[in-house]
Amino acid sequence: MRTSLSTISRRIGRSALSGAPKSRRALSTLVVGEHDGSTLSEATLAAITAAQALGPIELLVGGEGSKAVAEGAASVAGVSTVSYVESATLSKGLAEEWTPVVMAAQAAGGHTHVAAAASAFSKSTLPRVAALLDVAKLSEVLEVKDEKTFVRPMYAGNAITTVESADPVKVFTVRPTVFDKAARTGGSAEVKEMSVGSAVGKTEWVSDEVKKSDRPELATAKVVVAGGRGLKTGDNFGMLDALALKLDAAVGASRAAVDSGMCPNDMQVGQTGKVVAPDLYIAVGISGAIQHLAGMKDSKTIVAINKDPEAPIFQVADYGLVTDLFDACPELEKKL
Amino acid sequence: AGPPRHISRECRRSMRVLVGVKRVIDYAVKIRVKPDGSGVETNNVKMSMNPFDEIAVEEAVRLKEKKVATEIVAVTVGPTAAQEQLRTALAMGADRAVHIVTDETTLPLHVAKLFKEVVTKEEPGMVILGKQAIDDDCNQTGQMLAALLDWPQAVFASEITTTDSGELVVSREIDTGMQTLKMKLPAVVTADLRLNEPRYATLPNIMKAKKKKIDKFTPKDLGVEITPHLTVKSVAEPAARKAGIKVESVDELLDKLRNEAKVIS
Repeated sequence: MRTSLSTISRRIGRSALSGAPKSRRALSTLVVGEHDGSTLSEATLAAITAAQALGPIELLVGGEGSKAVAEGAASVAGVSTVSYVESATLSKGLAEEWTPVVMAAQAAGGHTHVAAAASAFSKSTLPRVAALLDVAKLSEVLEVKDEKTFVRPMYAGNAITTVESADPVKVFTVRPTVFDKAARTGGSAEVKEMSVGSAVGKTEWVSDEVKKSDRPELATAKVVVAGGRGLKTGDNFGMLDALALKLDAAVGASRAAVDSGMCPNDMQVGQTGKVVAPDLYIAVGISGAIQHLAGMKDSKTIVAINKDPEAPIFQVADYGLVTDLFDACPELEKKL
Repeated sequence: AGPPRHISRECRRSMRVLVGVKRVIDYAVKIRVKPDGSGVETNNVKMSMNPFDEIAVEEAVRLKEKKVATEIVAVTVGPTAAQEQLRTALAMGADRAVHIVTDETTLPLHVAKLFKEVVTKEEPGMVILGKQAIDDDCNQTGQMLAALLDWPQAVFASEITTTDSGELVVSREIDTGMQTLKMKLPAVVTADLRLNEPRYATLPNIMKAKKKKIDKFTPKDLGVEITPHLTVKSVAEPAARKAGIKVESVDELLDKLRNEAKVIS
């Protein structure tokens, strides 16, 4: 933080000395929000926290129900303006439709930063926005050091890089699990409707296959119970469901479990699936490949249950239990 | 009501597919951060084709086997040594290759601009890329290319089909499950892990691939400048987790979780 302050003051000092007529562009951030039709997502609250130091925040929400979402989001701490586009065209999150809307909001607000929580939606849309602005995009930002310096992971989280952007507009997505969620109360933002042009119409939405679950959402759950190849069959995931019910946990899976058809792909935790950082992560029958660790090694407490004492998962586990999971899981469930 | 059927067949008969390939450190290698914090050690490290790109190449080859694609052109941006990965793509079934040779560090935006120039030359009906490279983990190039071309995109694809009228139907992986989209070609597709299982190149195909043509260009030839948007200040190892302990029983585990870690009640 000291570096960033001194950098800024140095620059202000220099421009004052040189008497440059053009003052430094004031910082401001456009946060592209996501919602379920009624409530702003938890991940977006994390993106708002990440953008706190980058000037006033304009939150952009779109799709059906966004007027109500915007009115609710007006009280989120740290947000100055909430713009909404009440349009069915935006409801399916199509990047082709969203790109001109984000571009228009950035241009209208003269924003120096465009941010969103890393998600399938923002990963689809923000690179398009960045390319049309002719700027680089920063993915899965872990820390905003100052207006132009960002920290992000590479190589499945095995290297952490600090990069400085020379672009006039910084477009980035943040890893929501590493930022606190902005409070939903305490703010008083101005709410305004944004008008947009007609639909782009390049892509036609056909269908969504959404997995319904009464368990907490995987990405934000406080406790995650995850299964791997060691569970052998999809039916055995029922054992994890029972355990998860007791712990009010979400159920995750390794790529091996997903690839072998034991569970759907939206349960996958890892470099190519979801990144989670719950208070407690229980890995059951998961060996702990680099790609899986990339998705869960920032969990507060990690428990591994595996009968192979050499499994790499034990190198990151706070508590390891070397035993047959088919004995341990039912016992654990019973004793909880 | 769509174009006449014979025209769409004609379209399909001449569909070229461009497929992107990146040379990266092999996915199984435990990477080492250089002590001076300037980057990751790549000398004497096993290099391979980015796993998502193998899936992209495989899908292109399957489209050719289904007579949807007529020619597959593999394209890479990278150092001279990246020719190895193009040869792998050729051995898997690509017909020819384009190598944009550069030793400079390129960002997804640069690669998208270079690919756009190749697209202008080659006029493909579809570009298939991997959804992300496992070195920079950016997940941007396909989307950026689609934006620069003003084409539709189908990213994180786990199933690709084409209709008789020449449209592309793609199932894609989203946070809550799957989404199916339909779009007109030309389009950019990025491959997710579950799209297919890439084949191994056989020895005869590896031999045949040596005779296939690789055209070489520099970014300058294509009129693209590799401008420095980002400066790497440092690369560091992530904070190590403190060593854990092994417990002997479920009871001991529950005791630790309740009284030491205090994560359950």
